[in-house]
Amino acid sequence: MNTAQTDTTAPADGAKGPVCRASDGALSIRNAGKIYDPEGVHVEALKDCSLEIEAGEFVAIVGPSGCGKSTLLNALAGFDGITSGEILLDGEPLATPELDPRPGPDRVVVFQHGALFPWKTVLENVTYGPVVQGIMSQEQANKRAQEMLSRVGLNDIETSYPGQLSSGMQRRVEIIRALINNPRVLLLDEPFRAMDTVTKSASHQYLLELYSATGKTIFFITHDLEEAIFLADKVLVMTTRPGYIKKTLQVKLPRPRQYSMLASEEFLAMKAQLVEAVHEEAVKAFEAGEREMA
Amino acid sequence: MNPYIVLGLLLAVVLAVGAWQQKKKALLFEVSWGHQVRKTLTSKGFLLQLAGFITFVLLWELTVKTLSLPWFSRLPGPWECLMEWLSPDPDYGISIYTQDYYTHIIYSTYRATTAFVLATALGVPLGLLMGWSRKFYDYSFPLVELIRPIPPLAWVPLAILVLPGDEPAVIFVTFLVAFFVTALNTLLGVESIDESYFRAARCLGASKRRLLFDVVLPGAMPFIFTGLQISMGAAWFSLVAGEMIAAQYGLGFLIWDSYSLIQYPVIVIGMVTLGIIGWVSSAVVRSIGRKLMAWRERELYGNA
Repeated sequence: MNTAQTDTTAPADGAKGPVCRASDGALSIRNAGKIYDPEGVHVEALKDCSLEIEAGEFVAIVGPSGCGKSTLLNALAGFDGITSGEILLDGEPLATPELDPRPGPDRVVVFQHGALFPWKTVLENVTYGPVVQGIMSQEQANKRAQEMLSRVGLNDIETSYPGQLSSGMQRRVEIIRALINNPRVLLLDEPFRAMDTVTKSASHQYLLELYSATGKTIFFITHDLEEAIFLADKVLVMTTRPGYIKKTLQVKLPRPRQYSMLASEEFLAMKAQLVEAVHEEAVKAFEAGEREMA
Repeated sequence: MNPYIVLGLLLAVVLAVGAWQQKKKALLFEVSWGHQVRKTLTSKGFLLQLAGFITFVLLWELTVKTLSLPWFSRLPGPWECLMEWLSPDPDYGISIYTQDYYTHIIYSTYRATTAFVLATALGVPLGLLMGWSRKFYDYSFPLVELIRPIPPLAWVPLAILVLPGDEPAVIFVTFLVAFFVTALNTLLGVESIDESYFRAARCLGASKRRLLFDVVLPGAMPFIFTGLQISMGAAWFSLVAGEMIAAQYGLGFLIWDSYSLIQYPVIVIGMVTLGIIGWVSSAVVRSIGRKLMAWRERELYGNA
């Protein structure tokens, strides 16, 4: 696990205190369950799903399409509630069946297809969070955003609109837009899915650099097993519906991660384990799909 | 003044507008104005547009004058209409040199603009509210859907009964269709916004009220402006219908009055004028939309 905590997300001078201390960001998911439409179709998306994520840990979660990955992410983000169990963030309840789901800047999501506001410039996008929460003035936020953008080499695109940027740049801006809020957890929902291989590997590099610079807890959903192993400290395999954690793989590769590791025996052995675990679930999901069709 | 000079001036204005519109592109590619104008004049698109106009006028001349087909023989020919329109001393009292012509235009433009502004001021908020609040949608949408199909002219008697004088009645009738078009397009615009933008804004700490201004309004903007262009057109066609029934001035009145007085060229003059004003007003709405949505423009054409 990475503990290099160069504090790059502390707010600019004069701004109110941060959302997150360096030690924050531990997630504890205990027997979480989610049933959609209990009286009607009754779809059980999550069942007895338990996992522990330490503060500052990079966790990747893999599984077949239609397993409970997105349900779990929605519960963590506060877009949707759970129907049993509980989710704790730093020991405080984040989601229980009783709590109304509520998104907030301590758990910012980076979306699969990107959700930079196309009608705002890069700078306006990045400063949106701190300004709308009232923790920074527009000037303070601008200054802070410029610092953060220039640190990742994006300082010359501040006045551009997202539509003018490549998908790789858009995603980097979106990650910065999340990090400027100094969240406890960064929730990434297959952010690199639609990218070509080259853009994807460059994006991995940027994400790893930002991770080592900020030490944030990262919850990363993906289909791509190599990506999961390459980026994460821990890879979790989720079962097909109802979803729970079937397998936990500790990735012992040293950081900083190098591309040469992709071909190492250790890497390939881990990939083989994951392939097997995910394949079983994929077959189950496929057969379940067939049954539903019949 | 000689009608031919006026005609020449008109053509010059059209060409100047065309060249001005090309200016941005010309600067983008660093080519001279002259080159751009020549390119525009000889481009396939321009030639086809010209060919379209010429075909229309030729067909008109052919059916009405040359062949004088049975049903068409009573209509005025293109030349006759043009000469009347440009005549300093028109046979029927309406041409570009007469005060009356502009009085009619001003009345119609005033009514259409008032109706359009009212329709926008009320239609956009209604559409935003319907799209933003499920409760408000359930409350208002069925009613809107029931009232919307009633043709504007069906409202004329009630409008005259309720509203003081003809003027508000005509404006009300003009307003109706534009209002519904604007409201429904705004609603459609709100519904078209990707859920991720709402989620992202809430993640970043936006309150529900902020969502309205930071996501709903800008996200719906492209649809709103499409709606406004349609609503501008709708305002003009209901206006003319309204003016034919209950007005003393305006282009709709002029057309209907000329029909009663058997002054057929004036009908055509009125129609052509409506066409031109309608086109200009749509262009104005479109260019305001472009200004307000710079992000879309830049997305389409890249960084200049």
